[in-house]
Amino acid sequence: MHVVYPAIVSALLFSIGVYGVLARRNTILVLMSVELMLNAVNLNLVAFDVWLRDRLHGGQVLTLFVIVIAAAEVGLGLAIVLALYRNRRTVDLDRLRTLAETPPSAADPASAASPTGPDSPAVAGRGRPGGEGGPPAGAAAAPGAGPERVARAEETS
Amino acid sequence: MTETVPSYLSPTGQEIVFLLLGAVAVGSALLVVVTRQLVHAALWLVLCFGALAGCYLVLTAEFVAWVQVLIYVGAVVVLLLFGIMLTRAPIGRAADLDSGNKIVAAVVAIATAVVLVTVVVDGFRTAYAPLDSATGSAKELGSAVFRNWVLPFEALSVLLLAALIGAIVISRTDIRGRD
Repeated sequence: MHVVYPAIVSALLFSIGVYGVLARRNTILVLMSVELMLNAVNLNLVAFDVWLRDRLHGGQVLTLFVIVIAAAEVGLGLAIVLALYRNRRTVDLDRLRTLAETPPSAADPASAASPTGPDSPAVAGRGRPGGEGGPPAGAAAAPGAGPERVARAEETS
Repeated sequence: MTETVPSYLSPTGQEIVFLLLGAVAVGSALLVVVTRQLVHAALWLVLCFGALAGCYLVLTAEFVAWVQVLIYVGAVVVLLLFGIMLTRAPIGRAADLDSGNKIVAAVVAIATAVVLVTVVVDGFRTAYAPLDSATGSAKELGSAVFRNWVLPFEALSVLLLAALIGAIVISRTDIRGRD
């Protein structure tokens, strides 16, 4: 087996993952693209382990470790996505601009219309009452947010 | 290991199988990132991971292949499907799955692919790995893990435990922070 073949396949997979991370808007699709990139690295590790005939099997053992870390990453990532969805009612990456330096531009009218500062959702997230899951908690959990945000939360629930 | 390189023009059966599986993997990965239906993306991801498991089998890494099937196809994709369902994503065709910077992303991805493929072809043109002996059986990998890699293995177990406990704490709503 020429080592070039698995290396090229993994390079193509990695670039496809790069495209997915940059071009997708849904957070779960971005997580899938990250998985593609991790798999490209795994294929490289296995191919080079077979090529170099490592006596310690470093490449394949590291592949197993990467698979375990990817599982942990997906678990944590999905937990964060679900928490995000409970608080914001959206998983679109373009709308999550709380940490942006500049105030949200006019290209995003829903969040630009919010009268409070960009730190209000963080406060809302911390002060969220516990034990009352579901849409009413999500809507009531944003006391500082503008009327648009609450209305959007109610219409999507 | 680089003395006698067989010609590229007479591929062996293993290379043909590997290239076919690699084409399936790359094609389904492309469909994962361009499809307009969220659930279909997860299902194409299953096909991509399965084809990659086949690639591992051709490369004589059978234990890694079965772990790939068990963990990626069995656990990770199911988790992703649960995430799709719990965020009430649109099940049918959705137009807003892509953000506005598609063209920039395509340019960056194509540039990455060109650079990586050029470097890899230039660097490993003469490398050849004969696949005559199986090196990745469960017995060999198990002894490698528990002889030489015990400390990283245990550290990784603790990391996985911590990550999953963190996931539970984040996703439960009745656990509050210290006020």
